[in-house]
Order: sequence, then C-alpha cells, then structure tokens
Amino acid sequence: MSKYIVTQNVADCIGCRACEVHCKDKNNSGPGAFYCRMIEVSSAKTSPPQIDFVYLACFHCEKPWCVDACPTGAMRRRELDGIVYVDEKTCVGCKACITACPWTVPQWNPDTGKVGKCDLCKDRIDEGLEPACVTKCTTGCLTFTTPSQASQTARQAFAEQLLHNRR
Amino acid sequence: MKETKYSICGMCAVRCPVTVQVENGKPVWIEGNSHDGGMGKSLCAKGGAAFAQRQDRQRPTAPLLRRGQRGAGEWREASWDEAFDYITTRLQGILKEHGGRAVMFSDRGGPFADLRQAFVKALGSPNYINHDCTCGRNVHHASKSVYGLGRKDFAYDYENARHIVLFGRNITESIKVKEVKNFLKGIKNGARVTYIDPRASVTAGKASRYWQIKPGTDYALLLGMAHCIVNNGWYDREFVDRYVNGLPEFKTFLAPYTSEWAAGETGIAAAEIEAFCRELNEDRPKVIIHPGWMLARYRDSFHASRMIHILNALMGSIEQPGGLFYPKGPKDAGKSGLKSLAALVPAVNEERADGCGSRYPQWDKGAGMLQTAYAAIDSGQPYPVKAYFVHRHNPFIALPDTNEQRRILDKLDLIVAVDVNFSETAWFADVILPENTFLERDDILRTEKGLKPGFGRRQQCVKPLNNTKAGWEIYVELAKRLGKGDCFPFNTIEDIWQYQLQDTGVSIADFDAKGFVKLSNQAIWFDRDKLKFGTESGKIELVNQKWEAMGVPSLPPYVAPEGPPAGSFRLLFGRNGYQAHGMHHNNPILCDLLDVNKLWINSAAAGKLGIKDGDQVLVANGDMEGKIAAYVTDLIHPEAVFMLHGFGTDVPVKKRSLGKGLADQLFMQGKLKEWDQAGGGLNLAESFVTVTRATRA
Repeated sequence: MSKYIVTQNVADCIGCRACEVHCKDKNNSGPGAFYCRMIEVSSAKTSPPQIDFVYLACFHCEKPWCVDACPTGAMRRRELDGIVYVDEKTCVGCKACITACPWTVPQWNPDTGKVGKCDLCKDRIDEGLEPACVTKCTTGCLTFTTPSQASQTARQAFAEQLLHNRR
Repeated sequence: MKETKYSICGMCAVRCPVTVQVENGKPVWIEGNSHDGGMGKSLCAKGGAAFAQRQDRQRPTAPLLRRGQRGAGEWREASWDEAFDYITTRLQGILKEHGGRAVMFSDRGGPFADLRQAFVKALGSPNYINHDCTCGRNVHHASKSVYGLGRKDFAYDYENARHIVLFGRNITESIKVKEVKNFLKGIKNGARVTYIDPRASVTAGKASRYWQIKPGTDYALLLGMAHCIVNNGWYDREFVDRYVNGLPEFKTFLAPYTSEWAAGETGIAAAEIEAFCRELNEDRPKVIIHPGWMLARYRDSFHASRMIHILNALMGSIEQPGGLFYPKGPKDAGKSGLKSLAALVPAVNEERADGCGSRYPQWDKGAGMLQTAYAAIDSGQPYPVKAYFVHRHNPFIALPDTNEQRRILDKLDLIVAVDVNFSETAWFADVILPENTFLERDDILRTEKGLKPGFGRRQQCVKPLNNTKAGWEIYVELAKRLGKGDCFPFNTIEDIWQYQLQDTGVSIADFDAKGFVKLSNQAIWFDRDKLKFGTESGKIELVNQKWEAMGVPSLPPYVAPEGPPAGSFRLLFGRNGYQAHGMHHNNPILCDLLDVNKLWINSAAAGKLGIKDGDQVLVANGDMEGKIAAYVTDLIHPEAVFMLHGFGTDVPVKKRSLGKGLADQLFMQGKLKEWDQAGGGLNLAESFVTVTRATRA
C-alpha cells in the first residue's frame, strides 16, 4: 500500500465521470485506457432505485504482483511513498503486468504499444498538489488522504451521526 | 513562462468560471475558478475535455466555402478576406432586394448575446432568435403569466431547502457544477428530495422518493397536488393573502382533480400523493418545486410549469432561504449595469418573421421562436426571409425532423454558420466561419446575477491553434464591411470592455485578480413584506387576465395524453453528465467514455417482444428506422423508451462518432409543426416508435 489512499463518498458521487476525463487529459492515457474508472452499480428492485458509482483506480499494493511480473523493471514501486508506476521508456508492452494484477488494473495504450497506469499524479504530489481526479471532482466526493487519516475522518463522521440520531 | 488566467468555460451553456494555467503559450491545466467559493476547483467532464477539443482536427480550422450541393460536404478553404467578401456581396444583394428583415440569426442565447443582437439589429432585422423553443420557453412564459417575471428572475437555494421536488429536472446529469454541489449539500443537510420522471435518471438514485410517473401526465399530478394542498389548507395563508390573486377561482377549478383522480391518470397512488403533500406542508416555506429547465416536451408543458410556479407561491417559498430567490443585479447593489452594445444601434420597428409579439402576442420578442421562423421561410409570410446566420447553434439536431428542416432551409439564398465544431447544421451551410475555442477567445463582459451580483470576463487564455477568429471579431468586421461601422466603434475587445464598463466604476484591470468582480460583499435579500411582481396588479396571478385576453387560458381543464398505439412506445430522450447538446460526441476524450447510445426499454415490455438486454433492436416511425442495442431495465416506464440525445451524426468528417447510435430527432416526424400553443416549446416527447428485435446481421 502506498502511504496514500483515495477515498470516495458514494452518496455525493453522481457518476459524471469528470475524474476519468481529468485523468485522461492530464495523463494522456490513450484511447480506451482509463487509469481510474467509475463503475456503475444499479438496481431497480427498490424505490427509489439504487444508482451508485464506485471509484476504482489502482490500489498501489505493498507487494505489487505487477512489479514482480514485469520482466524489464519498467513497473516500479517508489520507495519514498510506495506509489506503483510505469517507466515508459523501459516498458516493452509484454502485458505481463496486466495478467498478473488480480484486478487487471494496468491499462494498454494502443497508441504507444505500452502499458500505463495510475501513479496518483506523482508529479503533482511532488509539487504539494493532489491527483487530477481528486482536485477537480465535480462534487468533491473524492478525497486524497492517508489510510489512518481516512479512518479518523470516517470515525468522526460516524460518531457525530450517532449522537445526532440519539438526540 | 507560467501564467494563470481566469476565464469562463464554453463547453456547454452553463458557462462555469474556470482557471487556466498556461506555460510558454500552451494550456497545461484547467480547473474550476476557486475564487468563486461555490465552484471550488471542480470541473465537469466536458470542461475537462476542453484541451482535447482544441487539439482535435476533425473541426473547421479555416473559413470554408461550399462547392457542391448543400450538405454534400464539398468545401473549399478560403481566406477570411474572401469569406467576408463572399458573405458581404451576397448579403448586400439580399438587403437591397428584400431589406434588412430578410436576415435571420439564431444562437444559444446566454450572457454574451448582446453583441450578436446588436449585429442583427444593425442589419435592420428584428429576427434575432435563440434556441429556447427547444429549451425553457414554456417555463419562461409560464413564469411570466404567474409572476410577470421570467424564469431567470428566480434562482434556487438548494443548500438550505427542506424539500426539493424535481419534475424530471435531472440535476445530477444535466449538470451545473455549482447547482449540483448545492443540491448535494442540501441532501446532506437533511433535505428530502422527490423526483418524478418516467425514467429513473441518476437523480432518482439521490432522491428520498421516486415516482415513475406515466409519461405526459405531470400536469395531472400537479392538479392533484394543488387540490390536496388547497383543500387541506396546507399552504402559507399569510403569503397567499398578501401576494396572491385568484385563490377562490383556483379552488373552484380544482374541484374535480382529487388525489384519486390524479392517481388514475398518473399511476401514482392517492395515499402517496397525500402523504407527499403533507410533507410539503411540514417543510414549507423551505420548499423548492423546480419549474423545469428544458421543458419543450409535451403540449401542456406550459401549464404543468405554470402549476409548479403556482405551487411555489402557495408554499410561500419566494425570496426565502431554502426556497426560491430573486437573483440580484447591479442595480440592486446600488450600481450601474454594463452598457448595452445593442443600445448603440438604431431601433428596428419591423414585425418579427416568427410572429412573436404579433401573430403570437403572448411570446416574448426578445428570444423569438425558431419553428415559426421556419414556417415564415417556408411560406414567405409575413415576408421573405433569405439569409440565415446560425451561431454555435445546431437546429438540425435540437429541433425535430431534420429532413423537413433541410427542405425549408434550402429555400434560403445564404446560410452562414459560425461554429467551433462541424455541427450537422453547419455542414448544410454555404459558408462556415470557424470560431476560436473558448480557450482561444475573448468575449464581451457578462453580468452575473445572484445574491451577490457582479460582472465576469471570458478572456483569451491561449492563441488560436488554427485559422479561426473570435465571434466578436467576426461580427464587428462583417458590420464594418456592410457599412454599419458606426454601430460598432471598436477595434479591440478592450474598446468593447471599456464601453461596457463606462458607468460602473469598475475597470478592466479589476478582473485580473479573480476573473470576476463582485458589486456587493453581502448577500442581498429583499424585504419579504415589500415584494413586487411584474404583473399588472403587482401580485401573483393564478388567473392572468392579460394572458387570457391573448388567448391563453390560465386554468385549462386537463386533457389526458394520447397513449402509444399498440406495439408502440413514447420516445423520450435526455442527457448524461459528460455530453451536452450533441456538441461533444466527437471529442477525442468524451467519445472514449461513450460513443454509442442505447435504447432503454422496460423489462416487461421487452419480455413481451422477446427482446433481451444487449439485443439489437429496430426502432421505427413511418419511413424512418434504425438499429440500436437495447438496455432492458425496470428503470423506465412500460409505455416509454429512452435514448441519450445527440448521437448518430451523419457528418462524415466526425470520424469518431459517424453513424454511431441513433438520433432521436429523426424519429419526431411532423413535430416541427407541433408545439405547446401557450408557451411555444416544441413537443419533443410526443412521438411514438415501434421497437422490434432485429435479426442479427
């Protein structure tokens, strides 16, 4: 796990896919390649219906299968903060990482014949900024944080709701 | 060199404030302008695809003159000088023979229209028209008939509302960034949301109550609600006593429209309607019943919207936190407004070709009505219309029945399209003048009404990539070549800005810091004891005699919509969050999100037809037919089918989107001649199509 995590408040997500576009615009991922994706989950069994969207990018695993599978060392994990990224020059397009990842997260760029993936916009992080998807999310439903901070924030919200409901 | 520029997005008609970072003349980053607190850095998908639009070469990149038949797509690149000469020569001939009134102009309205209106006026024509016959005309005219105020004279305080009621107003997909953020804050603050739509959009998923109403029966539900609210006394008596005329007549009129009656028409149980009205009574005055944004749908949409306007008054939610409020202008802040460019041009006293203000006395002259202008072109009555400027507006997909539109427009002597994209309409023009993308152009200053009024500026962030010009340059140059330079004493955009700001006490440099200037630091609310309405009585008119005298009854009895013929479905259409008005289906990024639309069809209805999810189906109406994949779902009413709007382009140079999906408007045959007689909005939800399983090709 990288030291960072992107959390999503599903209640505030409207499935507008701005995150996907901001990512593609910034990272030039190529046609059909999405470093992050909003997955729609809907059901008409209830009224109102359930129409939700789940944000899926890369989990930046602590022990990434993709890095282990890469024969050229193109897929790397940054020691500084655990961000998993591709060194494009070294990638030969063998797709071993795509096969190795349990969630098939690495994306194929047909224009370059190489793999690309979410690196949490590490160039922005290095400038003290947040990833494109989070920065410009239409509703602010995405948060760039750390696991411990995310936990604290969630617990705080739950505690407030608990007491609010009791009154 | 790094620069930060503040401007106004142009990817859709919402026109959000944006920040653009430029490095050595190249745009490197775009985000919401966070100096506007309601906006923050948020930007929707369309705004995020702005750089991709600029880079896209499948757009007009130089002036084009038609060579072959209209619509054949044979073009010759020309210099600006040659294109201007061509237009000027043709136009001078038309002006000489038929006068200025033979010129017609349409655009998408908005805060930058003043200069274009000035141009049309300078040619001596009354025929400036915006897109509103396929948008909010019904809502606007309904608002005028109740309040004497236009639809833009009200805004909505979602954040503080207790109950938000939406008749198909799809806030989460027809996105205004600031609005949807406020809407979600309202929900977080505990607002109830009732969403009513034959199709469950994403907004239905955010609602606390969703009603899959029978298509075309909104007015019936509203009558049932009004009956329940009035007869139970569940309204704001103090507000109604003070500001509302006509309650006794209203009550008499409502007598037959009980909840049980409404249940029979709409398919929504009487007990549910009553429970809902009881909630409204608890939640008022912090209630917003949205009167509709795009409401060119049914023949009674004007009256549905009118009833919503009335119910808001009964809730007492006018100029009320958590309800509706008046967007304040410069004058309300004690300041002068921007000087009008059209005011520099001599008045035109001709009758409008579309009949607004004459044959149709109830319709505003300001925005016109495109479908009756088409009728004027077709018939030559009340006078010949020979030239048409279509400015970043695409009637061929916005209005019904593209083939019929082609037949009519082919009668014109000159069609000039000014656009950023190859719109379907531009493709049929004689001349295409390519406009700079919004990133590449300045515009005239705009007024920003709200609780804290101000002015905003769209400025050029980067130089044009192609041989294109800004709209203001195009129209000022054309006016000068046509001998109307006196009306446009400007050479640069700064000259125009200077003129607009003349009496305001604001200077051009004041826009540099944030991109906008606020004229008040405090939110301005009017005294609720001294509210004024624009009707002749100064009150809210449930029965408006002035409109009655113009042939528009205030309270017409309900007429149920026709049901679909056996084997047919009512064709509904709408938008998602990452496309708008068919402008971006060929955008390199946005087409990657979705390049083809599907046909939503109810599970039970599909089952009867042997249609399974993902099957190719044949959609047909008369001689129009096309294939599309079915999306089988209970999220749509059994009487209707639905498709996203704007797909299925036939412009061959838009290679990413050519021929993908179906274009809903092609199936609306005959509907160019059918509109809401009161409000003027086209009946875009009144076509029926058959759906059959297509044999696999």
